[in-house]
Amino acid sequence: MAMKTSNDRFHDRVTKELENQFMRGAVSSAQDRFQTRRLQQAQELGHWEEWRSHGEEIRKHVLENLDYYLYQLSENVAKRGGHVFFAQTAQEATAYIQGIAKKKNAAKIVKSKSMVTEEINLNAALEELGCEVIETDLGEYILQVADHEPPSHIVAPALHKNKEQIRDVFKDKQGYTQTEKPEELALYVREKLRHEYLTADIGITGCNFAIAESGSITLVTNEGNADLVTALPKTQVTVMGMERIVPTFEEMEVLVSLLTRSAVGQKLTSYITTLTGIKDEGDTDGPEEFHLVIVDNGRSSILGGEFQPILQCIRCAACVNACPVYRHVGGHTYGSIYSGPVGVVLSPLLGGYDDFKELPYASTLCGACTDACPVKIPLHQLIHRHRQVIVEQEGKAPVSEKLLMKAFGLGASSPTLYKMATKMAAPAMSPFTKNHTISNGPGPLKAWTEARDFPAPNKNSFRDWMKNRTKGDEQT
Amino acid sequence: MKVTLFATCLVDMFQGDVGKAVVEVLERLGCEIDFPEQQICCGQPAYNSGYVKESKNAMKKMITAFEHAEYIVSPSGSCAYMFKEYPEVFKGDSLWEPKAIALAAKTYEFTEFIVNVLKIEDVDAQLEGKATYHTSCHMTRLLGVTEAPYKLLQNVKGLQYVDLPGKDRCCGFGGTFSVKMGNISGEMVNEKVDNVEDTGADILIGADAGCLINIGGRIHRQGKPIKVMHIAEVLNCQ
Repeated sequence: MAMKTSNDRFHDRVTKELENQFMRGAVSSAQDRFQTRRLQQAQELGHWEEWRSHGEEIRKHVLENLDYYLYQLSENVAKRGGHVFFAQTAQEATAYIQGIAKKKNAAKIVKSKSMVTEEINLNAALEELGCEVIETDLGEYILQVADHEPPSHIVAPALHKNKEQIRDVFKDKQGYTQTEKPEELALYVREKLRHEYLTADIGITGCNFAIAESGSITLVTNEGNADLVTALPKTQVTVMGMERIVPTFEEMEVLVSLLTRSAVGQKLTSYITTLTGIKDEGDTDGPEEFHLVIVDNGRSSILGGEFQPILQCIRCAACVNACPVYRHVGGHTYGSIYSGPVGVVLSPLLGGYDDFKELPYASTLCGACTDACPVKIPLHQLIHRHRQVIVEQEGKAPVSEKLLMKAFGLGASSPTLYKMATKMAAPAMSPFTKNHTISNGPGPLKAWTEARDFPAPNKNSFRDWMKNRTKGDEQT
Repeated sequence: MKVTLFATCLVDMFQGDVGKAVVEVLERLGCEIDFPEQQICCGQPAYNSGYVKESKNAMKKMITAFEHAEYIVSPSGSCAYMFKEYPEVFKGDSLWEPKAIALAAKTYEFTEFIVNVLKIEDVDAQLEGKATYHTSCHMTRLLGVTEAPYKLLQNVKGLQYVDLPGKDRCCGFGGTFSVKMGNISGEMVNEKVDNVEDTGADILIGADAGCLINIGGRIHRQGKPIKVMHIAEVLNCQ
């Protein structure tokens, strides 16, 4: 799965997804659940705003000193017997990992959840070599079985499916015969995957946080699948975005506390695992060979610019769970593996405006995302900034809109013109007006009046009333 | 106390009654109302759509129109917030940045002004009915006005207040979003109206004309027996 997940037009995707009532029911109830639990956990922990500020401070500090920490991390990984590879592009990353797979003659590869491997399209690159690649995160596994459907949420990739639909995926593709009970479904997948871990040649993981002082990587899961992916195969490859570093264990603890609460409303997830280097003498498990692939893929161009705060992101999806637009359109509408507010900001930066120029407009700028973010990324401001770039630098705004805004600039520059426009509004709209209401509006009002009425302009503007009133000629 | 009214273009063109209520309530509370004729739109529609350059013309006109004011009061949290954003827009502009800072510092949303500046929580209003209140996103999240409307509504005699489920969720207005992404916006306002209906309220109160035109438009389309009122209109009932 590359970053871009659809070739359909954005507006066609919106129309299609809005009609998907199953998805919308699943998404809105999941949002409500996640949100309630997140707020409860924040309250229970106490001093949430201080925690957020602390998280923000850590992330900013790392970004300001990223070169230093990347060097420290790579030195310490090497000291513990690991190999570090810096990949400037997605292709460099996949080619390096393909090289490992070839060298190991790998037939089977197990993977734990990783958004960055989706971003660089790693599975396809490995399948090209003839490797069997198996996702072991339950959500990712469901989507892989469902003909490689793209994830619709960065934490809960199969969020758009309900349990009946999941049962049907396994029934149709693998002859599953049991019910849609979550326990039965989970047990079924668990039994299938257990065999895969034991026979895999390589284990591939993502990375929640890499710890620079020790060269360790931290993995946060609820299923324990990452532990098996890293404990059983002889070779381990960990892929990380270049910004996912913390200086020491102390900062890791702060960010994990923010992550688990913000992502799923838990104090801790079931498994928080920190791994350092290769299997030592006397260790009973762990890889004999360890590769850390650090992916740039556009990140260093974001660094130092006005969009740098998006690199603070710890991929908790609290913004996705708070977004009122995501609530109705779901993740697939965004056409990117990164959906919701974080996806709106990140996708055009990593994948270009050509493919993602509509995304910054899929927001009401309500600020719910900014409020929810545990590391205080000003998401709605960055979304607004994208709009400005699209209009002023990219020149990708529609011509009709440009004309309208030019007229706005002109009209707004002159109070006389503005007053004239307000006076003309009522007569201009009168053909569309019935009982002071516009129910089937022209031009831009057409989209509005599909779902709701629009008030007809006042016959006499408020300013006229005000003027007459000051004259002592009070009218109502 | 002299109050300079920033009526907003939505009130000027579509919601004249809201403007009248604002004037009457503030006068009743002892304020003298000043209305600069040169005021136009605050520039938010163009600004939020990314046309920052185009919106600056409007902003400069507004700064000039309100330069003389002591207190600027607006019956819209979103438009008041736009004034607060002006210093950011003119950052580094030696002529306009100081003026923008001065403008932002004296700008208040209507309920915030009554509660925090006039220090009044009971305006002696009376309205019989069961009401719920829509918290507008820009007013609460960006401007930070969260308590003032509730304090004022609490003291309206005869008004029974019920909480709105999902009240922190945007109604789908979002300015140009409502026409640019009309179908998504339509689904959002539909859910909002369902939530309002679930409360059993017969009055929906809000403090932002944009949200009220949006939610009211959906209620009107569905023919639901729910009256939509700006908080100034509620406070003006005696």
